[in-house]
Amino acid sequence: MLRKLALCILLTILLCALFAPRIAPFPYDEQFRDAPDAAPGARFLMGTDDIGRDRFSRLLYATRVSLLLAPAAALVSVALALLLSLAACSRFPLASHTISGFTTICLSLPWLFLFIILRAELPLNTAPLTSALLTFALMGLAGWAWPARVFTASIREIRQSGWVLQSRAAGLRGWRIALVHGWPHLRHIAGAQFRVLVPAYILSEASLGLLGLGVSDPLPSWGNLLQDLQHPDTVRANPWVLAPLGLLVLVMICLESLQTPTSASAGVSR
Amino acid sequence: MIRLLFFAALVLAWPVSESPAAPAPKELHFAIAGDPLTFDPLQVSESNAETIRYLTAGVLVRVNRATDQLEPELAESWQFSDGGRTLTFHLRAGLKFSDGSPLTSADVSRTISRALDPKEASPAGDTIRTAEGNPEIRISSPRDIALRYKAARPGLDRLFDSIGIAPPALKTPGKFAPSAGPFYVAEYRPAVSVRLQRNPNYWKHDTAGLPLPAIESVRLDIQQNHDLELARFLRGELQLINRLDPESFARVKKEQPAAARNLGASLDSEFLWFNQAPSKTLPDWKKKWFISTAFRHAISLSIHRDDIVRIAYRGFAHPGTGPVSPSNRFWFNSTLKPLATNVPEALKLLSSEGFALRDGVLRDRTGHAVEFSLITNSGNRTRENMGRLIQDDLKKVGIHVNFVPLEFGSLLERIAKSFDYEACLLGFANVDADPMAEKNIWLSSGGQHPWWPSQKTPATAWEARIDELELKQAAEGSRETRKKALDEVQRIVVAEEPLIYLVNPDYLCAVAPSLHGVKPSVAPPQLLWNTEWLRLD
Repeated sequence: MLRKLALCILLTILLCALFAPRIAPFPYDEQFRDAPDAAPGARFLMGTDDIGRDRFSRLLYATRVSLLLAPAAALVSVALALLLSLAACSRFPLASHTISGFTTICLSLPWLFLFIILRAELPLNTAPLTSALLTFALMGLAGWAWPARVFTASIREIRQSGWVLQSRAAGLRGWRIALVHGWPHLRHIAGAQFRVLVPAYILSEASLGLLGLGVSDPLPSWGNLLQDLQHPDTVRANPWVLAPLGLLVLVMICLESLQTPTSASAGVSR
Repeated sequence: MIRLLFFAALVLAWPVSESPAAPAPKELHFAIAGDPLTFDPLQVSESNAETIRYLTAGVLVRVNRATDQLEPELAESWQFSDGGRTLTFHLRAGLKFSDGSPLTSADVSRTISRALDPKEASPAGDTIRTAEGNPEIRISSPRDIALRYKAARPGLDRLFDSIGIAPPALKTPGKFAPSAGPFYVAEYRPAVSVRLQRNPNYWKHDTAGLPLPAIESVRLDIQQNHDLELARFLRGELQLINRLDPESFARVKKEQPAAARNLGASLDSEFLWFNQAPSKTLPDWKKKWFISTAFRHAISLSIHRDDIVRIAYRGFAHPGTGPVSPSNRFWFNSTLKPLATNVPEALKLLSSEGFALRDGVLRDRTGHAVEFSLITNSGNRTRENMGRLIQDDLKKVGIHVNFVPLEFGSLLERIAKSFDYEACLLGFANVDADPMAEKNIWLSSGGQHPWWPSQKTPATAWEARIDELELKQAAEGSRETRKKALDEVQRIVVAEEPLIYLVNPDYLCAVAPSLHGVKPSVAPPQLLWNTEWLRLD
């Protein structure tokens, strides 16, 4: 029941995001200069921001950007981390040492400064959408190291578990052990890593906005809408600025609910 | 990276700070934005150290921020002689530093020599140095000192408002140097606070003959977050905020109307300019747009300054006119008026330059769509909103603007070194009402000449004329003659628009009702210029 409800909510949010141009009452960048900081009402459902842009329309478009790009970036990170962890756990010690060293270097790099340098190299006339794609792509490529450490440790643990040794003794092939016995365990760890990375990327995009990276104005994203939370006065005067945060939490709860195994599937797993 | 960025996001969203201690009686309590980089009055280069310098360092003369007149301070009198080439100061009798040691012309001479020494690289010394060399310093008595320049230096006396007279070098490590101003530095806790103690040997007395300053001590909390500073002011923990943004001011006005002070247009201005410097990254067709006066004027005519004032500044600003703010009553050229928005006129001007508006896109005579990037510093919400409004205004004349707020370091790198930018939105915070301080901005050879710094020769006839007028006014003694020259500079700048002036923000501040004697001024250090006269309930 809970899974169905979560699925319904996620689908509704996704459909709203995909059909934002049809649902949104106004274009996301239209400035109503006669109504800056307007309160929610019949004309503007969630009021307007400080330069008179409709908050509801911007939230719909922002959901489209963030809900598609942040999970995509998280998927890239998790996939990369999985591939490199598998390679690190291979039978070749050289590959294992190289990947382990590379992971350590990536974890210790000052990524924030590298992003600043990168922004300095990026043409200033980059379109907002290109800038958004580039930012999330970079986050996806740069964020693999931490999950890779978790995966590597888990794979090593699984390899030495009693049931894997028993499977080997029973004559099962390596790929079969990995698919039938290893992956169901690893899948849950990958799911958890994915759920950690999605909100982290959304908030990172908000921080990168301050460096001139991220989704640039006037294109909205949950990240740049969350920047309003820096101003307590705005939050006090217009609690609707918390809507992107609420939506982010709701999406994460729904994803979590979908990941939680049902009693039936848990029984199969046992 | 994720943790780092996560952390940055959390810091932005939920800042925290050490809980402040309750102020001691007769202790003035306010906040500065960061740690002072130095306590040496001759090495001050940023606003936090400047505030401390102003409150602690004794100066020979002081500009009265309310009347803009020069008043005696450590020097009882001063006069120019030898055709304006020699400036002689006569010190007060019995002057002492805060530790009780005497202050004589030898201390003044040593301070000025240090300021002029190229090895010291003193920002204060830069203002009194000349291309012809350093002045000759002559001490004729413990109370008389003369500076002799090779050429006349009108207006030189005003510059001694920022030269803090320092005692001999302190030999005890960990101790702060004594001072000759109203206060001395008593304690510094990095990232927490600076405490200044009343100087018992300060020369000034009030009308009743009581020694000044009236306040026992000043505590300056180091508080980067302005929202937190505002919350502490509203709770009564701080007695003043020297500078408020429009949003915070609106909140003070709502919650404590008696504390909110608006002095009208400040000396500061906000403007945008196009890059006219030789830059490899700028295509030829864009260079042609940017050097065209008609193009710049059309951009200026398309911008709704009234909307910027009303929306970005919540009404706390005035539409900009030119390089001198209207609040600077003596130096402002009153014949100049703010430019009213006129889109049809802008399109007519663009058309006369070969631009054509087709299907909502403006194209130049070679068919290139008019598009440029506009950079500014990120984190300044008012300025970012101003950029978004300009972006939308220019969309209506078919111009696509990519608005990019950048981290301040990268912004400076682009506008001052690599010249890899197209247009920039920034502001000047003027420290002095006298436009002499802005010479480096207007001279084509100046390092801060925004649109093309450090030119070998002026690129245009009007820049050559500005150079001529600036040099002329710098060599003139009479304020009236200087004003005539500077009036013409203002006229040229408004006609050619190398800088498109947008607004003059209002000077907004907050003063607790328990603090008396405050005479706010639009000239820095606005609320603090007469601290020795302030009294607390």
